[in-house]
Amino acid sequence: MIYDVIIIGSGPAGLTAAIYTTRANLKTLLIAGGKWGGQLMLTTTVDNYPGFPEGIQGPDLMMAMRKQAERFGTEFVDEDFEEGDFGKEPFKIKAGEKTFEGKSVIIATGADTKWLDVPGEKEKIGKGVSSCAPCDAFFFKNKKTIVVGGGDSAMEEAIVLANFADSVTVVHRREELRASAIMQKIAMESPKIKFLFNTEVTKILGDEKVTGIELKHNKTGEVSKMDLDGVFVAIGHTPNTGRFRGIELDEKGYIKVHDHTRTNIDGVFVAGDVHDSHYRQAVTAAGFGCMAALESETWLRKTTD
Amino acid sequence: MADLNFADQDFEEQVLKSEMPVVVDFWAPWCAPCRIVSPIIEELAKEYEGKVKVGKLNVDDSPQTAGKYGVMSIPSILFFKNGQPVKTMIGAQSKENYKKVIEETLG
Repeated sequence: MIYDVIIIGSGPAGLTAAIYTTRANLKTLLIAGGKWGGQLMLTTTVDNYPGFPEGIQGPDLMMAMRKQAERFGTEFVDEDFEEGDFGKEPFKIKAGEKTFEGKSVIIATGADTKWLDVPGEKEKIGKGVSSCAPCDAFFFKNKKTIVVGGGDSAMEEAIVLANFADSVTVVHRREELRASAIMQKIAMESPKIKFLFNTEVTKILGDEKVTGIELKHNKTGEVSKMDLDGVFVAIGHTPNTGRFRGIELDEKGYIKVHDHTRTNIDGVFVAGDVHDSHYRQAVTAAGFGCMAALESETWLRKTTD
Repeated sequence: MADLNFADQDFEEQVLKSEMPVVVDFWAPWCAPCRIVSPIIEELAKEYEGKVKVGKLNVDDSPQTAGKYGVMSIPSILFFKNGQPVKTMIGAQSKENYKKVIEETLG
């Protein structure tokens, strides 16, 4: 069985692409991954996705998109993408133990949390180190926490945490925040949220779980320690491009895009945060997914005529 | 018995003293990703009936058990065998992933 389109990724880009390709009667397989749904699975209320005047929970939005894609006949594989052979058509895509063949491919693997990459971090993810305040803030009731980062997502984490934690300190390596004015204002008005600028986390302390951190002031070089229970990391995202051999990347590691949706290989398209380091919104990812689907449809028509 | 709920009070009886392996979904009503796992847990409970006990534990109502096993992120799925936790999976994952671990636990 050769699919017309294999979509890799199950965030807004991948699922929107699937809605469009299936509605165009293209036989579509979607590699959703073991943890499907993408970054929106780690958020609470999404207030900027049009059509939901009262907002919608991120996971509920993804569930709705998945159901919509299923309704038109998308086949799902809930396994992680392993590798792709883009050398010749049909393209071969391995997920879990199985290999699937597709005449065209849409890469929509998005981006994942960028971790601090300091000693003590990796083994304590889920044990005091988190990237999802909406999921985990509850466990930090009356505890001391920090949020690392200075953008909108760092502010959101801090605001959510402040509802539970005893204290929240935003640790940012620059002199000022990057977050939007409205998010800064909300965060700064909270009596529980404090700020530390020009400061970097160099080590996360604790054996079984987080008990503290080591900090370094990057202007004075001064090193200090802080006792605390939770470290929430919000310093951005890394595109999931590690497993795409033969697909050209740009200097930042994102997939290099030609004419809005094409990669360097004919018949392999790209959509969403895996190539877009600029907009990174659910609605733009969905838009890119639509574009890639329409282009793959055009391309399939041309090559089969 | 598709909807099995565990709590602090009966955790020892239901889970730790169980002869079958037990899968426990640590969840809470305010946790949106947990809502995606819940229906999967109910399906697994049916599919493995008689072989594996599959149920849920509300961390709001049963904070002691959550604390005891160091659950600091939900959804967390813990797999118990002979009264011991043998595996923890954090974050909403696919049914396939959960099944793989159940099979390992059984095998």
